[in-house]
Amino acid sequence: MARHIVARTSDIPAGGNKVFGLEGRDVVVFHVNGEFFALLNRCPHEGAPLEKAACVARLTSPEPGIYQRDRVGEMLRCPWHGWEFDMRNGQSWFDPNRFKIRSYPVAVESGEELQKGPYVAETFPVHIEDNYIIVDV
Amino acid sequence: MSDVIDRPMLETEKTAATRLKIIDCDIHPSIHSHSDLNEFLPKRWQQHLKEYGSHLRTPYIGTTPYPRSSPLIARRDAWPPTGGVPGSDLDFMRKQHLDPFDVEFGILQVLDLFIFSQQNLEFGAAIQRAINDWQLAFWSHRDPRLKASILVGQDGDDLGIAEIERCAKTGEYIQINVSPRANEPLGRRRYWPIYARAQELDLPLGIHVGGYGGHAPTGGGWPSYYCEEHQSNAHTVASQLTSLVLEGIPERFPKLKIVFIEGGFGWIPSAMWRMDQHFERFRSEVPHLERKPSEYVKEHFWFTTQPIDEPDEARHLRQLIEWVGIDRLLFSSDYPHWDYDDARYAFKTPLTEAERRKIFNSNARAVYKF
Ligand code: FES
Repeated sequence: MARHIVARTSDIPAGGNKVFGLEGRDVVVFHVNGEFFALLNRCPHEGAPLEKAACVARLTSPEPGIYQRDRVGEMLRCPWHGWEFDMRNGQSWFDPNRFKIRSYPVAVESGEELQKGPYVAETFPVHIEDNYIIVDV
Repeated sequence: MSDVIDRPMLETEKTAATRLKIIDCDIHPSIHSHSDLNEFLPKRWQQHLKEYGSHLRTPYIGTTPYPRSSPLIARRDAWPPTGGVPGSDLDFMRKQHLDPFDVEFGILQVLDLFIFSQQNLEFGAAIQRAINDWQLAFWSHRDPRLKASILVGQDGDDLGIAEIERCAKTGEYIQINVSPRANEPLGRRRYWPIYARAQELDLPLGIHVGGYGGHAPTGGGWPSYYCEEHQSNAHTVASQLTSLVLEGIPERFPKLKIVFIEGGFGWIPSAMWRMDQHFERFRSEVPHLERKPSEYVKEHFWFTTQPIDEPDEARHLRQLIEWVGIDRLLFSSDYPHWDYDDARYAFKTPLTEAERRKIFNSNARAVYKF
């Protein structure tokens, strides 16, 4: 596992995402409600690019005719066949034991901490006043 | 099926997707706007289109009765960056689909303007002519990999025959397309002139699912949900296969080749088994049949693979392919629609190299004489 400083938090607008090539794989980082999630940019079904997925809510129905919406923006709906995944852990919503998107730990750290700590970016100019997204791959 | 996909896509995978040139029997091109058709549509019908729009047999103007899975039933990543609707930009189609998948030939299937369901038969015929010309001018002539079909509305059969004659003269079309949702089951006598002409011209008959012919899409009526309605594609084509076989179309037109497009193939074994079983009992009701129904299916009909069935166990898909017959299957992607099949991953069961060659290439090559 290596830590990668991939972007400033301000580089990914809320509700948006960005793809980074990390160690030979495409990792997509989503920004949802102030949090960041990193997932492999491929759907485990037929390989669709998840950067084009819709960020949707979880819709449940405890009984016929009653609908509940929660976790708005935290579910990914694949751009092809519409399989839904939980952005927090990559698990499929309809068959969580069999399908999962590989997810990666994400941290947000301030430029100040980064410059002090052991994870100084080599290719990314780190400014003390900014916050950075760090992905472990 | 695998549990966790944690394999980066390799460069080689991105470029030569299958290492085998594929023939994709179902690609959907779209018009940008009605004005694309102006050069092919007489003024009188341009004006008609503007003033009245489509008049279909369902009470929904300019739309479909169900909220499709996604806007324009398309993959969310298929909207061209240059604007326009999915399937309308040839360069983007090349970049996203034809080139990376090494598509040797792609067969165009036009769904725009609900071409087969127009109530005004003259207007329908004018739109069919325009779309048939547009397929050549906008697609085949710009990319010779893309092959056009002659679209005919079978309910005004003299108009349909005239259109077949007009297009066949060019030598540029590879099949004749009719609707699976016509006024009557497809085996009926009123449609025979089209089959006779297709046989004489040696052009396969393509039957692509979809559209609304005025009948409810299921034998049980109008469904509530899109996911319920989507199931009806399979039973509609199953009933049309039954009609064609039992009315004796292969017997009457023994050289006619018939291709069912986008109906999948999971339902076929059971349809054949039942027809054979009934044939044993009711043979005297259909004395025009010389052979078992399944024998006609296995000689005269082909089926495109998408949307592929995904049983829990891969070996069941394998079994299904064997029951249908590896020679009957033609690969199709349905690009750019949401239920698209990716040639690399759609078959979640091992196929030998020879089998892959058949499904992805040589079966279609033989049917369409590429
Ligand atoms: S590729 Fe994602 S659902 Fe099929």
